[in-house]
Amino acid sequence: MVDLSVDLGRGRRLPNPLMTASGCAANGKELHRFFDVADLGAFVTKSVMADPRSGRGTPRMAETPSGMLNSIGLQGPGIGAFVEEDLPWLKSVGARVLPSIAGSSSREYAQVAATLRDSSAFDSVVGVEVNISCPNVANRGLVFACDPMASADVIGLVREQLPREIPVFAKLSPDVTDITTIASACVEAGADGLTMINTLLGMVIDTDRLRPQLGGVTGGLSGPGIRPVAVRAIWQVRQAMFEGRLPTVPIIGVGGVRTGRDALELVAAGASAIQVGTAVFNDPSAPVRVLRELCELLSAKGFERFSDAVAVAHGR
Amino acid sequence: MSERSLRARVTQEVAEVIATRRVGAYQHITLVAPGVAELARPGQFVALAVGGETSGTLLRRSFSIHKVSPSGTYGGTVEIVVSAVGVGTRWIVERAPHDTIDVVGPLGKAFPLPTAPVACVLVGGGYGSAPLFWLAGELRERGCHVEMVLGAASEDKLFGVVEARRSSDGVTVTTDDGSAGQRGWVSDPLPEIIDRTKAGVVYGCGPMGMLESITRVAEAHGAVAQVAVEESMACGVGVCMTCVMPVVGSDGRTRMVRSCVEGPVFRGDRVRWDAFDGGHARVPDDAVGAPKVGGH
Repeated sequence: MVDLSVDLGRGRRLPNPLMTASGCAANGKELHRFFDVADLGAFVTKSVMADPRSGRGTPRMAETPSGMLNSIGLQGPGIGAFVEEDLPWLKSVGARVLPSIAGSSSREYAQVAATLRDSSAFDSVVGVEVNISCPNVANRGLVFACDPMASADVIGLVREQLPREIPVFAKLSPDVTDITTIASACVEAGADGLTMINTLLGMVIDTDRLRPQLGGVTGGLSGPGIRPVAVRAIWQVRQAMFEGRLPTVPIIGVGGVRTGRDALELVAAGASAIQVGTAVFNDPSAPVRVLRELCELLSAKGFERFSDAVAVAHGR
Repeated sequence: MSERSLRARVTQEVAEVIATRRVGAYQHITLVAPGVAELARPGQFVALAVGGETSGTLLRRSFSIHKVSPSGTYGGTVEIVVSAVGVGTRWIVERAPHDTIDVVGPLGKAFPLPTAPVACVLVGGGYGSAPLFWLAGELRERGCHVEMVLGAASEDKLFGVVEARRSSDGVTVTTDDGSAGQRGWVSDPLPEIIDRTKAGVVYGCGPMGMLESITRVAEAHGAVAQVAVEESMACGVGVCMTCVMPVVGSDGRTRMVRSCVEGPVFRGDRVRWDAFDGGHARVPDDAVGAPKVGGH
């Protein structure tokens, strides 16, 4: 039996490396009808902001080759409803929770983190993912993860709000010239780990009506079609860690994982945990299936510990 | 949304196609899916995966359930009606008997049934009529007088006219081009039928414009409209947030709600029809969490 446990930093260990991806799993109840969400290493919730948010108009999605484009616009109930309803429910079923938080200013991120910290079910939280890279905002200039200073500002303020034992993960965008400089800025500002990658900015034209297909015009591209971009981003940042250009911290890999083989690809590039996102729309029980397939694959390849496979492709 | 609807039971099964036949412009497909057949109620839908485990077409296609037979010769079966309009639906209609399709269901909320035996009018546009025959049967079992109105652009796009005559106490057919029944829209004969039968409920299934017009007619003639919407969905199970539409809640406030879990059946007078325009649904300014100036 392969030892699947993973170290998230700050002494946090998870029983296995599989997670949902933010925005692809809602807040747990829906997928709990298909599998026990407590079987996951962690459940990553949809990015939550300070106030309730309607999101964008429709159409909100377009299918693409091996993937999709979405333009949801961070629809959500606000952090108040999240800590009163969603988080206690996840705790009640025994889930380990990695809440994803968002904001339109660094102050809003800090406010959301503080409300989370002070909530009654906070003991179910194993870490916080800071979504600094959602492409579905009106002003692309607001994508913090395109700017090292803005990224560092958000991460620093969130880190201050959370107890020492809670690791903070910065979720990065691949839509940058050099992802290692953003990663480095986040880690220096106090991030305990990195989640890579968020969606890529894309666009689809409806050729019947000859107009943008999405109500929001542009959207985030996800699915198996972007997996090579995720592998590349994880590889580059892990390489920079090997070369001492930034401290070595855990990377949570996300982007186009549909099978155990796909997960192993991200792991071999340097990911210490794996999120399954868009594949859930195709197969609602994909996260637990990927975990089972990954475990079988590691076993077949002779690995005794999952951690031995992390970044194994470097130097081969 | 109620807790009950979210915890409603659902299953995922690899279903064998046991029959598939052309009906007018559509394909009528029967699947062996005993789990779905056992649980489903009229108005609910199934979400079908396209093209197998390695398919590049990732998103499920949703179809309202035409009929279930929980204890058929082959085990429980589920029937759907498919209009092949794109890559995914073309793959589905090309399945031959004994091929398999991955099915998730039943999904969404069913049509609410009246507690008293009131008269009901069931209105279907095109193959939107698919779930209405099953619904008609359930209503008549409760002692309701049931009339149906089936409409389409042309005769080949009507679905279930013969079945409607079997399932109801009266059928009216309309086509835009007059190739069958009376020329015009389903909303044309509706006022007379509601008034004559003193209908309490109008059930509708079809395109958004049609659902809006039958909601207005029902309201004007003292009936409640229950409409099943067709929004484009990526997952069908409530996690992707793409199938939202503006709907007024019991507190009087408008929210962007998921048509896959809070619908697909809504009370017509709760839908913010004013927000729909040419394939777009905008977020009404008074919706909870609506964008401030500058947008999200």
